[in-house]
Amino acid sequence: MKIGHWFRTLLMMIAFASALPVHAQANLEINTPGIAAIQSSMTQRHGQLAPLYGSGGVGLTRDGNVALRDPNAVPLAQRQQANSLIAAENQDRAALYREIARANNKPEWENDIRSTFAQRWIDKAQAGWYYQNASGAWVRK
Amino acid sequence: MNRRLFGFTMAAGAVLALAGCVTINIYFPAAAAEKAADRIIDEVWQIKKGEEAAKPPATTK
Repeated sequence: MKIGHWFRTLLMMIAFASALPVHAQANLEINTPGIAAIQSSMTQRHGQLAPLYGSGGVGLTRDGNVALRDPNAVPLAQRQQANSLIAAENQDRAALYREIARANNKPEWENDIRSTFAQRWIDKAQAGWYYQNASGAWVRK
Repeated sequence: MNRRLFGFTMAAGAVLALAGCVTINIYFPAAAAEKAADRIIDEVWQIKKGEEAAKPPATTK
């Protein structure tokens, strides 16, 4: 009798404990001022980066960044600007991955978040854009 | 004696079960992260809902 009561209490405890993480996991927190600021800076920059993706001058790397893929696809006069765009974009992307991890109180997730983004950037890239496959080779989508 | 053993087994089980729950929470929530990534990428790349549905969603890398 006593054990039966104890067992029921235990079952309830387990039920409670297992219900909590489910709620915590449903969504990642991405609605913070920091994330919004990075996002809008990236949205603005995309207008300048899009033609470079299209020409193949810039490609999506397998680690969630962008890189100068083919310098010859960028006219010499614009190459310096392209390099600045790439550097700024990668800085924002690094900050974005770090901020999402921090907003969820899990700084150790930063690399997992980066890999998730790396895959999704490539999945959502337009046909004709270049990306790096798992072994680092450039592939035209 | 037997009851004691039973109680001990139960207590050990409870510790293991709770530890299991804690472990689950440490795992990276891949599906939630993918959803978050999609929302941000759609925003940055200005992808509209219908546009995405018209295209095959994934590549094999």
